[in-house]
Parts: sequence; structure tokens; C-alpha cells
Amino acid sequence: MKITDFFRKKSSSEVAKDRLKFLLVSDGLCSPEVMELIKNDIIEVISKRLEIDAQGLEIQLTETETEDNGRAPTICANIPIKSIRRK
Amino acid sequence: MSEVIVITSGKGGVGKTTTTANVGTGLAMLNKKVVMIDTDIGLRNLDVVLGLENRIVYNLVDVVEEKCRLKQALIKHKKYENLYLLPSAQTRDKDAVTPEQMKNLVNELREEFDYILLDCPAGIEQGFRNAIAGADRALVVTTPEVSAIRDADRIVGLLEANELKKIDLIINRIRLDMVKRGDMLSVNDVCDILSVNLIGVVPDDEHIVISTNQGEPLVGSACLAGKAFESICKRILGEEVPFMDLDKKGILDMLKNLFKGK
Repeated sequence: MKITDFFRKKSSSEVAKDRLKFLLVSDGLCSPEVMELIKNDIIEVISKRLEIDAQGLEIQLTETETEDNGRAPTICANIPIKSIRRK
Repeated sequence: MSEVIVITSGKGGVGKTTTTANVGTGLAMLNKKVVMIDTDIGLRNLDVVLGLENRIVYNLVDVVEEKCRLKQALIKHKKYENLYLLPSAQTRDKDAVTPEQMKNLVNELREEFDYILLDCPAGIEQGFRNAIAGADRALVVTTPEVSAIRDADRIVGLLEANELKKIDLIINRIRLDMVKRGDMLSVNDVCDILSVNLIGVVPDDEHIVISTNQGEPLVGSACLAGKAFESICKRILGEEVPFMDLDKKGILDMLKNLFKGK
């Protein structure tokens, strides 16, 4: 984020667009089934390299700030690692 | 070949009925034989927008319950002789008709008409399921507002889940002055978000209110909304019509172009 952006007030249409982007992503993921599928996929991929605590894994939808001062929907995952898997 | 088009939006009050009336009338003006069906059982409106409210004898539910023949319920427009309306019932519930019955009704009408337009009720319940049951394609109407666009996205998902492949978007009630100021989502913004093929942009135009007051669709008239609906009808027929340049030029430029006949 640039310093000039800090002083620029976002127009209401930019606010609307950011809100909509987040809404549509969260609407699409809102069913617990979809979240569960994503969670299982993540477990599968990470387990190739690391031994993780699958029970302790948490994922949720949040927002992060983009470079142009907007907001983007983001999936946040907390994955407790048990050990690095060596083959 | 006849085509069955459902006009839907999810959210109420975005202009489904106005769109149905204007697209139906516009297609009839282009010499197509058109029937419009008001599928909003219990809250009928399309008859009023078309100025046909005093001519209703039988309705959609009467036809489905075989209280009359289909032809008896069809109201012929006084001005356009290849334009018909099948009105909805005002005193019944949405579940008076099933999707299967709607499908049969629509198929019967296919033999007689080039275009069958279904004006869908708001919501995603029984009325929506009835309206989309027999449709070949959909016009999804939205306004440049967060709530309407969110609902439009949901509707597009439901249409796709029902294997309705041909889906086009109409953005209604756009205001250039507000888009320029950054206080309204632009056509491009809405298209970015929804990723559905755009078939029309209708500017916010007070002529729409006047036309609805009078019960006469304004498609084809010289005002901005009239032009926009005319273009939509031509695009439905497969013609390539350039979009009005709403994002760049001022209203004055557009009016000038209009007078020049561009």
C-alpha cells in the first residue's frame, strides 16, 4: 500500500465491488460440505511432505488487503505440524 | 423453431416484469409471434404493465386445471396483433401449478408461437422452479447493487444446475452520472463479477415510470431505455448490435448521437 493510498478515500463503488467479491466467494463456500472437501484436499497435499495434526487443522474464509488498497477474499488455514516426514 | 425464454433475477423489484413487457412487445414489433406468461401466481403484474388488466377472463391456473381451453385464456394485445398474454391468477398460491404442468403448457404453446416469454416471480422457491421448468434460455436481470448482484449470481448457479445453458445478463437502471462519480458499479464491474454474457444495458430512465403509468411499453421509442430494449430484442434474434457507450460519453453526447440517428 502506498502512502498516497492512505489518504485516498475509496469510492462507494469500489467498496461495493470488494464487498461483492467477498460475498460471492463466501456464498460459494458457505456449505460445510465444500469447506470439508477443501480441508481434506489440503490434508492430502500437505501430508505428502509433512506429518500434520489433521484433527487440529482449521480453515476459514477471511479477507486480506491487496496492493491497490482493495480487499480480497482469502482462505486461511492453520495446520499444526507434527514432524517433517522423511522418506 | 420456437424459443422459450425465462426472465428472472432472484431479487424482487429489479425490473423483471418491465423487461418482459418490453422484450415481448419489441419482439412482436420485429414481426415475431410472441406470448408472455405471467408465472407470478398470487401477485400478478404483467397485465398492468401491458395495459391489459381489464381484459382478463381466464388465467394460467384455469388453463392448468382445465377450466378453460388454452386459447380462451390468451389475451391478444390491442395494438400488436401477434402479441399475446397469458395472465396469472391473483387469488391462488404458487403451488397451484407444478413444474411438470408448466412444461406441458409451454410445449403446447411452442406449436403456435415463435417466442414464449416467462415472467418469473422473485425468490427461488416453487414459482421460480415452475418458471424455469420449460425454458430454453434465460435473461437474468440485475441492477448495479450489491444485493441484486449477489442474488443474480445465485440464480445463475441454480439455472446452470438445472442445465439451462444459454444465460444472458441484463443490467438495468444504470446511472452514468453516478458511475462517473464512482458511486455506482459500472457495466464492466458487474460483468467482471458475474461472468455471464451481457445482452443489454438499460439506463435508469424516467420514461419507464411514465410508460408503466400508462400501461404502454416504451420499447422502440426514442428515449434511452426504449433504444436499449430494442437493441436487446435484436440481440435475442441473433443480430450484432453495438452497445451504447454508457461509460465514456456524457449524456449530452449520447443525446446528440440519438438525434443524429446513430
